[in-house]
Amino acid sequence: MPDYDFSDYLQFLISGASTGSIYVLIALGLVFIYNVTGVINLAQGEFAMLGAMLGVVFYKANLPLGVSALLAVICVVGIGALIQRLTIHPARRAPEVSVIMITIGTAIAVRGLALLVWGTTPHSLPDFSPGSPVRLWGAVLGRQRLWIVGTAAVVLLILYLFFEFTLLGKAVRACAIDRQAAELVGVDTQGMALLAYGIGAGMSAIAGIVIAPLTLVSYNMGLSLGLKGFVVSIMGGMVSAPAAVVGGLLLGILESLASGLLSSGIKDAVAFVVLFAVLLGRTMNLGEHLRFRGRS
Amino acid sequence: MTALSGRWSRRGRWTGIATLVTVLALLPLILRTPYALSTLVLIGIYSIVTIGLCLLMGYAGQVSLGQAAFFGLGAYGSAILTTHLRWSPWLAMPVSAVFTAIVAYLIGVPIFRLHGHYLAMGTLAFGIIVTIFLSEWKEYTGGPSGLPGIPRLTLRGTPIKTDLAYYYLVWAFAIVALIIALNVVDSRFGRALRAIRDSEPAAQSLGIEISSYKLRTLALSAVYASVAGSLHAHYMIFVSPNACDLDLSIRLVLMAAVGGLASIWGAPFGTALVILLTLVLREIIPLLSGYGSGEHQIIAYGALLVVIMIFMPQGLSATVSRTWRRMGGLDGLRRRLRRAP
Repeated sequence: MPDYDFSDYLQFLISGASTGSIYVLIALGLVFIYNVTGVINLAQGEFAMLGAMLGVVFYKANLPLGVSALLAVICVVGIGALIQRLTIHPARRAPEVSVIMITIGTAIAVRGLALLVWGTTPHSLPDFSPGSPVRLWGAVLGRQRLWIVGTAAVVLLILYLFFEFTLLGKAVRACAIDRQAAELVGVDTQGMALLAYGIGAGMSAIAGIVIAPLTLVSYNMGLSLGLKGFVVSIMGGMVSAPAAVVGGLLLGILESLASGLLSSGIKDAVAFVVLFAVLLGRTMNLGEHLRFRGRS
Repeated sequence: MTALSGRWSRRGRWTGIATLVTVLALLPLILRTPYALSTLVLIGIYSIVTIGLCLLMGYAGQVSLGQAAFFGLGAYGSAILTTHLRWSPWLAMPVSAVFTAIVAYLIGVPIFRLHGHYLAMGTLAFGIIVTIFLSEWKEYTGGPSGLPGIPRLTLRGTPIKTDLAYYYLVWAFAIVALIIALNVVDSRFGRALRAIRDSEPAAQSLGIEISSYKLRTLALSAVYASVAGSLHAHYMIFVSPNACDLDLSIRLVLMAAVGGLASIWGAPFGTALVILLTLVLREIIPLLSGYGSGEHQIIAYGALLVVIMIFMPQGLSATVSRTWRRMGGLDGLRRRLRRAP
């Protein structure tokens, strides 16, 4: 085993944190949709894939990168809302099992459509700001990684402001706390569900686009992103946004350490080991002390 | 629930089984090509998994996205025990099944103490771990390229070689699986499961220990999958991680959904329909798209799953039988035929 010094660890830490930011975005989308609509959306990772793919499509149509990214996110928000209307809304009174299976079916169908439209060859997207990597105490950081962390931070800030200081944000939160009570005071819960799906899909799409320059974009990238987002959201018991943020960064860093110190093959197993650890931990009520919000 | 959900009178049930056995016994007289027979064998094998899955999804109300992993554990258990250790296939099969049940139990313990839908993700993650493990543990599993040279099942010392003989063997297993499942559903255990599915708090207040019931159902469905996996391994005389990946898990869920989640009887029909659909798609898709990758089928799987869950949550068979009854059953049909010129 080679020796590692401080700068190596710093490197792992920061690159892990940037991957973790991706998981945070996807997980928050999941938590958000779950709390407003009660649906665990297993198609969340596919929205990230769609965001990245559409970004590539617009970019190849000679639009500037920023415009392409923005258009892609807007499109995915629309697609998310459309999927909610077409698949979740008609089944809103169906049992939980049916709804989960609907989201699985949606995920598979979307993945299949992407395969049909874009084929199996991976596509690439250029760095947002190409240039030499930034050096920080001996660690070398690609610029795209800084973009990822920065974007995630901005999205979180915007969401915070939206939920705390706008009437619409408060209405969405009311739905999350108690749907029936919200309905009683005149909140359009169906509209809020649609909004939640749109915003959740958009968050995933942003995640997909900012990570696209680092990993190639392929039709099957959604599955693993979605799974990891789910692992992270479970860390917060599906209800806690702050816990999801911490959990996402933690998972990213753990993965980065595992692939750096052990082997890169083990990286994908980390998330699932963490999942089982979290499930076991929740069983033994370890989470009670760590939760930021009341009981679920 | 509908009449198809297993609450048939005992006489009706045995009539149904007798009809099924007769049809299955006579089917090879019509479908004699090796292709048709091997398709029927596969339908039988997957029906066993789907029947178990129906118990889990329809009665315990839990989705498993890792059923293929249990199938794989059975297949690889049989494969490794019979090739590396030279056990008899008939001994390897139950031993693998017991091992798989224990694994299912261990996964279920942490998951079922939680409310909600954690099982879907837990089993999905478990399925992926098993696939990774089977491709990495190369000394015993042969890695991604698989493990060849599995002996065939024997009957009184002679190996079962023909598809026809294997067809009867597999369907004998499937019928037994069906009868056991029907009995489970109609027993005290099945009633407890239905109570849990309809309302967990109500069931709990009646003294039903929810997690224990769910756990035992998961283990039972895992045993079903494991036995089917063993049968598959001895039929193909080869196993590979591809034969038990996420794609299979999803197809199994689809089969159960098409047949009707809470319909044990629907399971074999759902299985047959999905397998036939796969065969048809394999012919059609290369004509529609330039490149003939088999994976395009997943669009149809996904869309079908969504449509069935929205419009026929009780499965195709329930919808068909409801329409049948609405039209007045056999009498209605006769009347309609007579009225027609």
